[in-house]
Amino acid sequence: MSFEPKLLGFLCNWCSYAGADLAGVSRIQYPPNMRVIRVMCSGRVEPKFIIQALQLGLDGVYVMGCHIGDCHYLEGNYEAVRKFEMTKKFLSLIGLENRIRLDWVSASEGQRFSEFVTKFVNDIKEIGPSPLSGDNPDNNLLDKLKAIKMAASSNRMRALVGRERKITEEANVYGERYPQEKFDELMNQAIKDEFERHHILLALEKYSKSVKDIAKELDIDPSIVLEHMLVLKARSQVDFGEIIENTPIFIRI
Amino acid sequence: MSKENKDKKEVRVGVFICHCGSNIGGIINCKKLADYAGTFPNVAHSEDNLYTCSETGLSSIKNAIKEHNLNRVVVASCTPRTHEPLFRECISEAGLNQYLFNFVNIRDQCTWVHMKDPEGAYRKAVDLVRMGVAKAEKLEPLDTINIKINPSALVIGGGVAGMSAALNLSKQGFKTYLVEKEDKLGGRLNSLYKLFPYDIEASEFVGKIISNVQNAKNLEILTSSKVKSIDGFVGNFEIEIDQNGISKNLDVGAIIVAVGSSSLDPVGLFSYDGKKRISQLELEAKLKNNEISAKDIVMIQCVGSRNDDRPYCSSVCCMSAIKNALIIKEMNSNTHVTILFRDLYTPGTEYEEYYRKAREQGIIFVKYDVEKMPVVEENNIKVYNEYIGSEMVIPYDLLVLSTPLVANADNKELAQMLKVPTEANGFFLEAHVKLRPSDFATDGVYIGGSAKWPVDIAESITQGYSAASRASTILSHKEIEVEGATSYLPEFNKNLCTGCEVCIKVCPFHAIIKNEDDEIEIIEALCKGCGVCGATCTNQAIVIRHFTDEQIISEIYACGGQ
Repeated sequence: MSFEPKLLGFLCNWCSYAGADLAGVSRIQYPPNMRVIRVMCSGRVEPKFIIQALQLGLDGVYVMGCHIGDCHYLEGNYEAVRKFEMTKKFLSLIGLENRIRLDWVSASEGQRFSEFVTKFVNDIKEIGPSPLSGDNPDNNLLDKLKAIKMAASSNRMRALVGRERKITEEANVYGERYPQEKFDELMNQAIKDEFERHHILLALEKYSKSVKDIAKELDIDPSIVLEHMLVLKARSQVDFGEIIENTPIFIRI
Repeated sequence: MSKENKDKKEVRVGVFICHCGSNIGGIINCKKLADYAGTFPNVAHSEDNLYTCSETGLSSIKNAIKEHNLNRVVVASCTPRTHEPLFRECISEAGLNQYLFNFVNIRDQCTWVHMKDPEGAYRKAVDLVRMGVAKAEKLEPLDTINIKINPSALVIGGGVAGMSAALNLSKQGFKTYLVEKEDKLGGRLNSLYKLFPYDIEASEFVGKIISNVQNAKNLEILTSSKVKSIDGFVGNFEIEIDQNGISKNLDVGAIIVAVGSSSLDPVGLFSYDGKKRISQLELEAKLKNNEISAKDIVMIQCVGSRNDDRPYCSSVCCMSAIKNALIIKEMNSNTHVTILFRDLYTPGTEYEEYYRKAREQGIIFVKYDVEKMPVVEENNIKVYNEYIGSEMVIPYDLLVLSTPLVANADNKELAQMLKVPTEANGFFLEAHVKLRPSDFATDGVYIGGSAKWPVDIAESITQGYSAASRASTILSHKEIEVEGATSYLPEFNKNLCTGCEVCIKVCPFHAIIKNEDDEIEIIEALCKGCGVCGATCTNQAIVIRHFTDEQIISEIYACGGQ
């Protein structure tokens, strides 16, 4: 039997869900691979929802909202874009970025909805099943994805993405605006750092480890691991457990 | 809501699979689906119905709630967008809180779109029902919020739109305050000579309306007054007015914005000098005072509009120019009048007739090209005539520039007070151009007239009435009920809130504030339940009712389950 992907779609109540209904009313046929979760606004879709779905082995996740400028809640879809883009950047660290997609479908675009779903199904068929699906999921990848979920839900990343529009679109009291490119640089670094830090935390969950152990296990440069350990210590997320032959062994708090 | 159900610990879900005649039942086996759903954990009862929305279907839901002691109901049928209210009402009649209902869409988004793949449709329906049950298990009873309505209104702007709105509301019996920043009512009409297309004297026309306003019951006029601050929300606005330096407080239930627009001064355009080269508005004054002695009059249309700075069409200038040209011709038929235009906008039945009349009267229309703009010399205008394909030299002793209506300079200030948006040109932006043309996204605030975009007198009056009628849909109620599925900051999450204020910034409805105790407070009456604040809250303290993290994650798990 050919591969039939299982996809999840988050549809906003006012536009894309209505567009999906219109596809039904118009009897426009498309493949039955996508399950739908209705949310009031695409801006409600948190990175952790998308990541959770991938973690469970779903082959792809679609987020759909009103067209920019047409949001029922004025600007919810602008927020959706920022959160989605952050999620995508996180997932590109582990090669899963092609499994998520964001598009706009209005209440009158039944045809567009069905075309988008059909295309997504076909694209995912081409990529193949998720390495996290089936009975033998790639555990190494699963661990990384877990780390990404933790990182994306962390206070720092939520604060960054939550303020992104304010920072890049509005000028501060001095009339200065933070350029998008500079913000992207900052965001990309934060994504990489927080992914590694949360990966370290995950690695410390069962056993305490030294910097060297962690560096080897996670394939990260020891000097970078050390920097992360200092940050995590300052955040009270790790601490020295014991010191063996001058090597501190870290424990997760 | 019954307290008994609220306290009930054990979740007992009832699942109702609708055949919708053959719409669903003709594609998938509803009986099999219902039986299968009966095996899901926490499902205490499941059945299939020919039409769940029929009288029989609804009473079978009610019976099952009693018989099986259900405290959650899932209906898998058409779409919540049409049928959710019906089923909510049904379960609340049976004593359940209406929010303990969950809808599963297996028709519009399943059998109708997968007709050729019944097996695929069935598999999808099974998943959707499982997801629906998973969410239902986590649903919580919610209260709708009732807001008391103060049956009075504030109309901002004493022009023709505002006066029309105020008259209409006061006649309906609502106490109405009409605030005008100038020392007299009338607005733009005060500076016009005659109105198209009937050639009525503007002063006579506006005089009648003003006297109606002055004689109206329930209508208080506040001239030389400016709105200083606006607080509160639908049904309960607190307004501070500054009248000639004296502060005045008003409590109203609804607000209508009818502040009109301003006319662009053509300073720096086409050698404008205010004497020999004037604006169309200045021509109105000259006509009013019978000061026209010129023999060769040229008018230029679209001066300062439909360009990069102001890309919009001001919509009234073509008719104003034609009207004034006709008036001039009537005064002295020997006067030459030429109108240089880019495109002529004379929509509808009467305006086009007016244009024909102007042609008959010998008014010359010359189409100019935006790439080859007319050049104004001391006594001539050089213009490339698109129709004949060559340059014309037209002598003039009076040049009239038709400039657009522009947004008032103080719109931004008012918009901030009202918490409503303005568009790129500074005009007020309605909630939706077609679906809600007289509303703002903020409940209880409405819009009419040229404050939104340039409109003529007739349209201003229509829009004034429209805004008044929209306001009365609120004002005619003692109380209104608003959605209970709002965001909130639970008591037990308050320690999570770091006071970062990101939620305040992302809330499009200004429903989140920092209160006097320096704590984040969500004004639930203002919340529309979009969930953006919850999705953004840096420490995940805010909970979105009816779309909680827990509920959504249960759905995801149920989807990924097999």
